[in-house]
Amino acid sequence: MTTPQQDHLGSSGDPRKRFDVMEALRRNVVPLLFTVLCVVGAYYSGLTLPFLINEIIVRMARNSFLVISLIIPILAGMGLNFGIVLGAMAGQFAFIATANWEIGGFVGLILTVILSIPLAILFGWLTGKLFNNSKGKEMITGIILGFFANGVYQFICLYILGNFIPIRVASMLIPGGIGLRNTIDLKQIHYALDNIWKISISFGSGVPVTIPVVTLLVIVALCVGMVLLFKTKLGQDFRAVGQNRHIAEVAGIPVDRVRVLAIIFSTVLAALGQIIFLQNLGNMNTYGSHVQVGTFAVAAILIGGASVSKATIGQALMGILLFHTLFIVSPLAGKNLLGNVQVGEFFRVFVAYGVIGVALALHAWQGVRRKKGGA
Amino acid sequence: MLLNALPSPEGGESFGDRLGAAVRDFGIPRIIILGFLGVLLATAVSLRLPMGQLFGNILTRFGMNGILVLAMIPSIQSGTGPNFALPLGVTCGIVASTLSIELDLRGFTAFFFAVGVAIPLGAISGYLYGVFQNKVKGQELTVGTYFGFSVVSLMCIFWTVVPYKSPEMIWPYGGSGLRVTITLTNRFAQVLDGFMSFKIGTMTVPTGLLLFFGMFCALLALFLRSKTGVAMMMVGSNPRYAESAGLNVDKYRIIGSVVSQALGAVGIIVYAQSFGFIQLYLAPLFMAFFAVASVLIGGASLRRATVWHVLIGTFLFQAILVVSMPVANKVVADNLAEVIRIIVSNGIILYALTRKEAGVDVR
Amino acid sequence: MRGIAKEYFGNRVLKGVNLRVGPGEILSIVGENGAGKSTLMNILFGMPVIHNTGGFEGEILFDGAPISIRSPQQAVELGIGMVHQEFMLLPGFSITENIKLNRELTRPNLLSRLCGPKLEHLDMPAMRSDSRASLDRMGMSIDEMLPVAGLPVGHMQFVEIARELDKKKTRLLVLDEPTAVLTESEAQVLLNAMRSLAAQGISLIFITHRLDEVVQVSDGITVLRDGEQVADLSPRETSVGHLAELMVGRKLEAVGCDGCAPSPRTDQVLLRLEHLEVDMPGEMVKDLSLEVFQGEILGLGGLAGHGKVGVANGVMGMYPARGIMAIEGTPLPLGHTLEALRSGLAFVSEDRRGVGLLLEESIEMNVAAPAMQSQEKFLRKVGPRGFQFSIMDRRAMRRHAERFIEELDIRCTGPEQIVRRLSGGNQQKVCIAKALTLEPRILFVSEPTRGIDVGAKKIVLDLLVRLNREHGVTVVVTSSELAELRSICDRIAIVCEGRLEGILPPDASDRDFGLLMAGEKSHRGRDAEGPSHLSGSCGQGSGQGSKEESPCS
Repeated sequence: MTTPQQDHLGSSGDPRKRFDVMEALRRNVVPLLFTVLCVVGAYYSGLTLPFLINEIIVRMARNSFLVISLIIPILAGMGLNFGIVLGAMAGQFAFIATANWEIGGFVGLILTVILSIPLAILFGWLTGKLFNNSKGKEMITGIILGFFANGVYQFICLYILGNFIPIRVASMLIPGGIGLRNTIDLKQIHYALDNIWKISISFGSGVPVTIPVVTLLVIVALCVGMVLLFKTKLGQDFRAVGQNRHIAEVAGIPVDRVRVLAIIFSTVLAALGQIIFLQNLGNMNTYGSHVQVGTFAVAAILIGGASVSKATIGQALMGILLFHTLFIVSPLAGKNLLGNVQVGEFFRVFVAYGVIGVALALHAWQGVRRKKGGA
Repeated sequence: MLLNALPSPEGGESFGDRLGAAVRDFGIPRIIILGFLGVLLATAVSLRLPMGQLFGNILTRFGMNGILVLAMIPSIQSGTGPNFALPLGVTCGIVASTLSIELDLRGFTAFFFAVGVAIPLGAISGYLYGVFQNKVKGQELTVGTYFGFSVVSLMCIFWTVVPYKSPEMIWPYGGSGLRVTITLTNRFAQVLDGFMSFKIGTMTVPTGLLLFFGMFCALLALFLRSKTGVAMMMVGSNPRYAESAGLNVDKYRIIGSVVSQALGAVGIIVYAQSFGFIQLYLAPLFMAFFAVASVLIGGASLRRATVWHVLIGTFLFQAILVVSMPVANKVVADNLAEVIRIIVSNGIILYALTRKEAGVDVR
Repeated sequence: MRGIAKEYFGNRVLKGVNLRVGPGEILSIVGENGAGKSTLMNILFGMPVIHNTGGFEGEILFDGAPISIRSPQQAVELGIGMVHQEFMLLPGFSITENIKLNRELTRPNLLSRLCGPKLEHLDMPAMRSDSRASLDRMGMSIDEMLPVAGLPVGHMQFVEIARELDKKKTRLLVLDEPTAVLTESEAQVLLNAMRSLAAQGISLIFITHRLDEVVQVSDGITVLRDGEQVADLSPRETSVGHLAELMVGRKLEAVGCDGCAPSPRTDQVLLRLEHLEVDMPGEMVKDLSLEVFQGEILGLGGLAGHGKVGVANGVMGMYPARGIMAIEGTPLPLGHTLEALRSGLAFVSEDRRGVGLLLEESIEMNVAAPAMQSQEKFLRKVGPRGFQFSIMDRRAMRRHAERFIEELDIRCTGPEQIVRRLSGGNQQKVCIAKALTLEPRILFVSEPTRGIDVGAKKIVLDLLVRLNREHGVTVVVTSSELAELRSICDRIAIVCEGRLEGILPPDASDRDFGLLMAGEKSHRGRDAEGPSHLSGSCGQGSGQGSKEESPCS
């Protein structure tokens, strides 16, 4: 890294200001790169701006909780919490219950939320304990745990529900009586949150842009809540543990307990996030809705500029914006550029995996350099 | 472990102590898996399922998956953990197989051509990955997983645009790209399985397959006992010890990666010939996990694996899969085998991840 | 503290030590490594390691009343604060946040009343003013909101002390080697701060190796040696040299051979090192030149952290090294372990478990593996003619291991036993066997008896002597225990601040050793006038404090 003096010898203008710009560019290279990709993709996709904006608003509204739920474990030193899949499962179990009892509307939504929380706390607690037993390997443990939990989830949905736990609504079950259907209709809760208050803005001709105000307000509340959290003692403990477990322990902070709490928070937020996601979608892919939750949320926050050890709310939001824009435009851009829709679809999957792989590699590489660089 | 270090008052460990130690070392989950298999077998017999056919199936799947599991040994022994980036080598093998079809080869020629191309291809990709892996020490598992995923999804794009012409591989009604599944019926399906196979009662023994697998087991075992193999073990067991003996740690980690990916490349060809199909696109995505689980079930840890672990683990894992399917069909419903496979394989990996291994710097 | 005694697994580490500190006084404790300083402080601070290993004898009185300290939290409650040698600071936090770590000031809010005190709001302004007060007490004007990450080392030390002061009840502060990482000017600032704290009524216990600081700032000085309290002085009664002499002392039992075969030492230089620099964290070698004579047993001694351990590590290429090395006149590149091994050098590392052993492998593998790699031993050919390749020869490895098990008396169940299960002493013997398998010309052994019980110590040292006398192997022993160096070496080189301070014969006076180890010949900060060149001839007796000559026998 060049020093300010070396950087711009004999150039006009304030060298320190130039240096800041260079530094800002370097630190934010990932979001910038993806912004370029998105713009290019949007251009080639041929989609109209109002349509794009609508889609983006919808996706930001329904994915924010999920991505923001990753922040606490990152700051608490546990890396990328791939275990939020379990939170999503908690939310889905709650939905199965309310769909089974056929409670709809806003009341149904609130009930789903209330049901999911204790379940999410339990899952989060188990996950946290597991992570405490695999310190240093939390991320791979989270990945494998996600698969394992998915297996157990499938087992429950296929053989327990409808069998040992009766399901009243026949349309939820596979013909044959045992096991849930692939898709469960959530018509009664569809848009239960979004529709409370919607604002439409017209940009002349074309589709008007609709904004689900209450959902966005809830997300704003979450952001404010997060900021406040990190101004409390608990938030301070999270950050201390995230920097150095040993020092925190010597200072008397109950490190193991703090870590478990961080994961519980994360899992509960993920559960709520999945509920918001599904109420917008209107139906639940029983065996699939939750599977990619971890991967997509992690990819989004990384694209926003976060790293394995540092993340901010701004980066989370930026990441959702970029990731989902890319998601929307890739297939059509692929078709228009290369004549093949599939290429576009595969490309966005590749991007998701690739971004995570690169971020993990960078994190590991920095770790190696730090060890070599000395105390 | 402290119990083992201190001698008991009688001057020797009692049988109970030793049994307890053996159980602890073997691991509760492995005992659960053994027990589970026992229950399945008992149920199968009581349901009068065709046991001969079942055992034949087990042998076939054992041979078919074996080399993919062998690929785990070099990477574990050299200290880089189980090879979650196995899809890289697998992809090389698939490329080699499709090439053999494109060149219109058949039978054993096709098979050995594919193997002959796959090995150098796998070795080169193993080398490149090994160089990369040396820069991410400490996070090989996570980086490897996502590297594997990225490679598979990148290859998806490749399969859509590759200029192959063979009618067996491309979509029949135009459209670019290869099919998702390519039949090997007239190519090299079953060439090994059928070679010198014989029947004992209702059980078909796929001799060629087992011989081929056995040959690779022997070759790998010899390699592990060679000077290079011992060096690799030293590097994986204690890099500082290896350095103090004059070894270049990075070099042997690369060698481990090279051998591992090469074995993966060969393994998928053996798998495909037995299965009868080559599967493209997203099929290799989770192949690493089943191989990892198999070797762990066999008794390996994240830092130590032997050929015996591969043999035992692959056999147990495949046995559970084979037997559970018909049992489940009769008792509960289908699809259970798939779910069991997911639970068992990921469960054993979770267990291995949470074990405190002596001498590991947990950071 | 009165009559403090402590045993670790049958090893008497402290044998009846008495300490006394009055309010506003500074007591310094000096002693070699292993003299018992850390153990004494661990007892004072109630560390779990003391209670988990059988407690201690003696009593502690605070304000005249006997107390029992069972945990660090309790020590803090009583008003005892401790500043450790390694910094316990979080780099990403500000100075204030570090000072207040886990003792943050908070204000309750709605949520905390519902869900518990952990959700209380941090009261930053109050925390800042508290931190400001602590920093001011020490005369530090630095901004309390600066992140710790960029601070110079001296300032970090002050933040550590400020943290202890902030614990309002602190009346006794223990400083463990605080000046070890400071420059001379920073150290002076610290000493001034210490005096100012003492003037405010706080008592200080100052543990250090820096004898001149001790003389400067103490009200009382206690010298510990081998767990015993050797002296209890005031600075007026002593001097740096006197203290050094007390620290070193002579052990009564002489291990090693007075009556055995004469040393096969010749006047030929086997290994020459010139301007050796080694980047070993914590044991840096800055500029060392040394000659090792054929057939001698050379000792490398000195205080911890001054570089003696770095020498062998650098020579063997375990850490980056620069300089010139030559064997029998032929230059050898530094930093190439394989080259060193092939030139007849072998090494027993001070880090037995971390470097010296494959803990999960058998004895036979541990002993044979390095020789297999660098000297092609223990391999046999298999396969038909034309397709032969080499694999390891287990039978040869086993026979070899059995030979060493017998010769070195390694207590084990057999050559296949996993090394992890052996005791420390036997593990050390395996390491030695491993080095001997290479049939070296020069054997470097670092800390040969660390962590080994008394009985095994003698065996290991005897073994080294036998190796030298019966097989003519040149041995370079690095050790923190001067006594064992004096018992078996022909010459002892003392390393101080990464440089060769001097070479003494084993029978030189305690005072001379003490002075060399305390670095009195070339004071820190001043340039050393080049390494003392050593030749075969020498002057009389032991040096009298002059800088150039290097006595030897």
